[in-house]
Amino acid sequence: MSGTSSPPPKPPSADDDAFKRELVTLIPHLRAFARTLTGDPTAADDLAQDAMMKAWDARASYQMGTNMKAWTFMILRNQFYSEKRRSWRQSQLDQEAAERTLVAVDDPESPVALDELRLALATLPEEQREALILVGAGGFAYEEAAAICQCAVGTVKSRVSRARKALQATLEKGGYARDGRAAGDAMRSILAAADRLSSVRQG
Amino acid sequence: MTDNSDPPGKPPKSGAGLEEARLRQQAIGVKLRHMFDEVVNEPVPDEFLDILRRADEKASGEGGS
Repeated sequence: MSGTSSPPPKPPSADDDAFKRELVTLIPHLRAFARTLTGDPTAADDLAQDAMMKAWDARASYQMGTNMKAWTFMILRNQFYSEKRRSWRQSQLDQEAAERTLVAVDDPESPVALDELRLALATLPEEQREALILVGAGGFAYEEAAAICQCAVGTVKSRVSRARKALQATLEKGGYARDGRAAGDAMRSILAAADRLSSVRQG
Repeated sequence: MTDNSDPPGKPPKSGAGLEEARLRQQAIGVKLRHMFDEVVNEPVPDEFLDILRRADEKASGEGGS
């Protein structure tokens, strides 16, 4: 892509520096969001790098002082879904792999170092998972999450609420953790882990 | 037919049940944030800053010439 219309000459500098400084502080968050979307650390870092570069290239269209975190998350999310559309077959395979992983947990030989919440999250429909992650983990307000997902605020609210209910039901059912583990073990371990984490936080 | 067995998937709507459900949602929330923060707190691979630095140099190069 060259020669059609050259971008307007951009005065380099102070703005670029400020933009870059803020972008750098967002890298850890972009990595975390990418990890929840792809479920794979390597693919996630590729995605986060692409999103970071897209944000950098689009810096002229960013209004300093507005929410850069939400803006970069939206770029990352769009990048993820456009890549996914291109490689829909690959994502289908990923889905099958995820299902196999859930089944494989039944193998008594496998080390039970599974993270129940991660597995339960994987069973949620994609749009519910991302809404819950943005609001429940990323610290975004419903309005911000709606801007990131480019949908109505009410849609985000209902996705988050359905995701929470489904997650709780899955954990209580113990869905994937059948073999040798009583139903409800997953939920119990989440409750215990949450207790530990909150006491660490308060301490 | 007795009332003491709730249909599966439908938590009892008693006060205690609601409180229990709230606690569970709270626990899920804490764990969810922890899962996310774990990645946020990982050191950022050098690659990220390298890529950005190269792009920045390229941008200044273009601006200067």
